[in-house]
Amino acid sequence: MKKILASLAIGALLLLHQDWWNWTTAAPLAFGFLPVGLWYHALFTLAAALLMAGLVRWCWPADLEQHE
Amino acid sequence: MIPALFVLAYLAIVLYIGIFAFRRSGGTAAEDFFLAGRSLGPWVFLLSLFGTHMTAFAILGSSGHAFNFGIVTYGLMASISALVVPVCLLFLGTRLWSVGKRFGLITPVQIFRDRWECGHIGTLIFFLQAALLIPYIIIGVMGGGTTLSVISGGFIPFWLGGLLVALVVMSYVFFGGMRGTAWVNTFQTVLFLGFGAIAVMLIGQGMGGFTSVTERLLNNPATASLLTREKFSLTAFFSYTFNPLSAIAFPHIAIFCLTARKVTQFKRTVIFYPICILLIWLPCVYLGVAANQATDIPAIEAKIEARAATGRPVPGDDVMLQLLNRYAPGWIAGLLGAGIMAAVMASDSQILALSTMFTEDIFAFYGGKARFGEHAQIFTGRLFVVLVTAFAYFTALNAKVAIFDLAVQYAFAGYAAMSPLFVAALCWRGSTKWGALAATLFISASTVALYFLPRGFTVAGFAPVVPMTLISAALVWGVSLLTPKPSAATIHRYFPSASV
Repeated sequence: MKKILASLAIGALLLLHQDWWNWTTAAPLAFGFLPVGLWYHALFTLAAALLMAGLVRWCWPADLEQHE
Repeated sequence: MIPALFVLAYLAIVLYIGIFAFRRSGGTAAEDFFLAGRSLGPWVFLLSLFGTHMTAFAILGSSGHAFNFGIVTYGLMASISALVVPVCLLFLGTRLWSVGKRFGLITPVQIFRDRWECGHIGTLIFFLQAALLIPYIIIGVMGGGTTLSVISGGFIPFWLGGLLVALVVMSYVFFGGMRGTAWVNTFQTVLFLGFGAIAVMLIGQGMGGFTSVTERLLNNPATASLLTREKFSLTAFFSYTFNPLSAIAFPHIAIFCLTARKVTQFKRTVIFYPICILLIWLPCVYLGVAANQATDIPAIEAKIEARAATGRPVPGDDVMLQLLNRYAPGWIAGLLGAGIMAAVMASDSQILALSTMFTEDIFAFYGGKARFGEHAQIFTGRLFVVLVTAFAYFTALNAKVAIFDLAVQYAFAGYAAMSPLFVAALCWRGSTKWGALAATLFISASTVALYFLPRGFTVAGFAPVVPMTLISAALVWGVSLLTPKPSAATIHRYFPSASV
């Protein structure tokens, strides 16, 4: 079950990365200067960090620790 | 000239760190030289791995690409790397570490040979990995030459800048091995992250504030599209999703995975990796775009005019350095220039990786270690470091292709197509050496073909990396299904919990 959820979460982020709806516009600007195509992907990067924290928490290959 | 002095002082410091690390290690064992004795702590592991992955491509190439193509650069390479690279480290890097630790293996080829019970197929994989790595090392030397030349206002010519960087890198890799390289990379990453933010703020202020810069870009018909992604097709954008798969197949990254003291050290690296990417790439991409408003810098104005006249992208790898020279005070420009130099000098780990591969996969495998001993093996590794550096330097002197294109065309596509080999070896007990051979031959042939095809070649709109990776995966899978498996004993060693 964990593997399925992890795969779905990774797949969802991969889909969100293809943000064609922001393709031809710069608006809205974040902080008055960052175009949407940039701040959207900055947020995407933070979301990736959160996902990694989740994967480390729930999908960590603990069996490998016996070789430490 | 002041910034160049800072950079030269920086080069002296990293040289000292490398030699200091060598003295501290004091050992002669191959594992100590090539893997720092598998003893790196959690923070050194994170910062050094990140520093190893971030190269001239990340700093100079990204801002140069953004200068021509706009904000698309961040999504193309940075945000997708923030997802794919940590996933690879979590699910493949930890397994590499475990296998290396359990069976005393140092290189990916050693793992392939052991896992698939093969010899010469491993040699073929070595040659492919080595051939793909050479352009990446050349990028580092080119970046070093560019950085020193621009930061010194042309006082230090490209050939001398490249020579200085090559000599410094060669020296601390020669003396310090993996431990020296790791500590230098850690220092470099901290330096860039620390002073990068200050320099970005100063450049922003110098250009009249970021809000003003964006407004001017939007109001200029020639630059407004740079704040969108309309210059890039959706299929091309999607193609770049495959490029970060190259990370785990890069020898310097795969070998670096073996240096951690404990597998739990991957946890911090996996979580903080995306944050580090954000901190480095976002400013580089934005400033690359913003450089289109820096028409008070003659070198940049000339680029803009040339681009307008020809309608084609222009070499932009120096735009970040031009901004730095123009808008940041000398000492800050020097410190960030040193930070940029840090990223540029990620070629150190690539040179070391190539040396490690040669001594382990060729010299030791074909009897050199048994015949001449471990001292001779390490001597051979050091000699190889000198030869590779010299080759990279002289090639860089004649290279004319922009850093970004050189990296993407050869190394990224080839290594991304190699990632299925790692998945098959570490995660699939049904994989065979024949599947690996089929994929390796295909990648070799397609990479050579890529060299002769026109730049910008696509397959149904997708960059070559997409079909190359998919066909490589299909070959590993399909051929493995049809060919005999390794012995049950080997499969059991790699997958102890699975029934054979």
